[in-house]
Amino acid sequence: MTVTVERGGRVVRRHHRHHGRTTRPRRPHSSYALFLLPGVLAFLVVIVVPFLMNTGVSFTDWQGVGSPTWSGLANYRELTHDSEFWASFRHSLFMVVAMAAVPTVLGLVLAAALFDFVGKHFGTKIAAVLRACFYLPQVLPIAVAGIVWSWILAPDNGSLNALLKAVGLGSLQRDWLGDPDFALYSVMGVMVWVQIGFPLVVFMAGLQRVDPQLYEAAELDGAGWWRRFWHITLPQIRPEIYVVLLWCTIAALKVFGAVYVLTKGGPGGATDVPSYFSFTTFFEKTQVGYGAAISTVLTVIILVLALIGLKLQTRAEDAEEGLRA
Amino acid sequence: MTAVRRYPVLVALIIAALFMVLPFGIVAINAVKSPTEYSSNGPLSLPHGLYLDGLKDFWQRVDYGQKLVNSILISGSVAIGAAMLSVLNAYAIGIGRIKGRTWVLAFFVLANMLPQEALVYPIYYLSKQAGLYDTRLSVIIVFTVVQAAFGTYLLSSVLGQFPREIIEAARIDGANKWQVLWRIVVPVSRPTIGVLLVFFFIWTWNEFLLPLVMLISNDNQTVSVALGVLQGQRLMDATMTNAAALLGVLPAIVFFLVFQRTLTRGIAVGAVK
Repeated sequence: MTVTVERGGRVVRRHHRHHGRTTRPRRPHSSYALFLLPGVLAFLVVIVVPFLMNTGVSFTDWQGVGSPTWSGLANYRELTHDSEFWASFRHSLFMVVAMAAVPTVLGLVLAAALFDFVGKHFGTKIAAVLRACFYLPQVLPIAVAGIVWSWILAPDNGSLNALLKAVGLGSLQRDWLGDPDFALYSVMGVMVWVQIGFPLVVFMAGLQRVDPQLYEAAELDGAGWWRRFWHITLPQIRPEIYVVLLWCTIAALKVFGAVYVLTKGGPGGATDVPSYFSFTTFFEKTQVGYGAAISTVLTVIILVLALIGLKLQTRAEDAEEGLRA
Repeated sequence: MTAVRRYPVLVALIIAALFMVLPFGIVAINAVKSPTEYSSNGPLSLPHGLYLDGLKDFWQRVDYGQKLVNSILISGSVAIGAAMLSVLNAYAIGIGRIKGRTWVLAFFVLANMLPQEALVYPIYYLSKQAGLYDTRLSVIIVFTVVQAAFGTYLLSSVLGQFPREIIEAARIDGANKWQVLWRIVVPVSRPTIGVLLVFFFIWTWNEFLLPLVMLISNDNQTVSVALGVLQGQRLMDATMTNAAALLGVLPAIVFFLVFQRTLTRGIAVGAVK
């Protein structure tokens, strides 16, 4: 993500060295920093200070009133044998499957099918309309998506149960969000529905810069759809795949609104996730120190993932540049 | 590929697409059913006529008009504020090429990725101290900064490729940096800024956790929070739930129809840059 700028930076640095030799060295940078001042100040107040406070509080015992008492690593030690905490992170992995892995795979197949097949044989208009249908849930507030689905999945008179009964599969009816064995899978299903439009749109845009001659040549060589998908589509949009996987994984780790509206973490903690767990610890149990420790652990995981992702992306793009040069 | 094999794939894709929009359809037909009709015929039957009392009741009960005003006010202010902040930051990073810009940019990107859970309690606490708790202003300030993080990152890479000759020419003509920014850089970057405005508006509209914590009084709540809280409390019957869902879905559909192109193109630009 920072790559474009870094690349630009390298060029400019060279440019400057050249100038330095021939003309009087200038300092053109200094006054531009003033433009950064409002942004940096706002960031300090709204993000950096609260973040540091949260990290500080995670080493204390605090109920939100009075002054916090220092407790060192006690909160973190408690976390290591808090089964609720581990369960919430286990559920996070399910969310990563539902919000990153499955949408990426489905998005790839759908994007390739819409771009390379529907677009070519039936016109780009039809492809665009189908793409719009898949993308629609993405613009919905997650709270509203939650309302829609909690009603569809309701035990009495819910649409899904009514539909199952109507087609003679009444034995499959159940309380989708209230049954501890099914609630997590139901939430996962909803999240796939919510999430799938994002990879689809990114991949379809990525496919637009693939040279059509590659496909034509492969087709002439007798390569079928799957071979073209495997040998052309996949390698060509690898940068997009990295980015989508990274963004969706981070979104999955942060998921909150859907759980709040669909299940409130229940039944019996079956769908609890770290962000919801920290929320209840902060505002319902008012164990602020403990909640801060949970959210700090979550932050560390997300930042490590983000850094790995950025590194991978940089390396992938550098490798590509090396090939082109 | 022969026509015989072509159509099944298209049909499969169309069915999948219908499945995606089906929930919207079910919500729409049930929002206009009367409670008796709903309980006797179930959720899948077509409505016999337009019954709008459910929608009206729900609108009045949650004062939906006020929620819409709040959402528009908050999202609109954030979109404009965050776009301005992004432009200033990106001008320094992309065009000014200030020292250590890579680090500054990394800082903004990471700030954007931080989970809000790690900020929410201090923000809640600090805003109480500052007398800003339960005000729309508090949410506007926070999201202006959060969204500007993404805007800075996107605009910086766009401005990094800004044609230098234009800026040099303006400088030679005697324009100062402030004038170059407003008379040249901003007008030329208008398409990207437009994408940012749309995204900031919709993202802020959809935000849930922070508004849920910060906006507790009825008069300040956004559409998302008002609907989410009602649903979370399970106070609604099926007709009410449908009315809520439909009224929550409608603005999103309007945005979608108006901004479809900007959205789909913007997502791609954002992801790949």
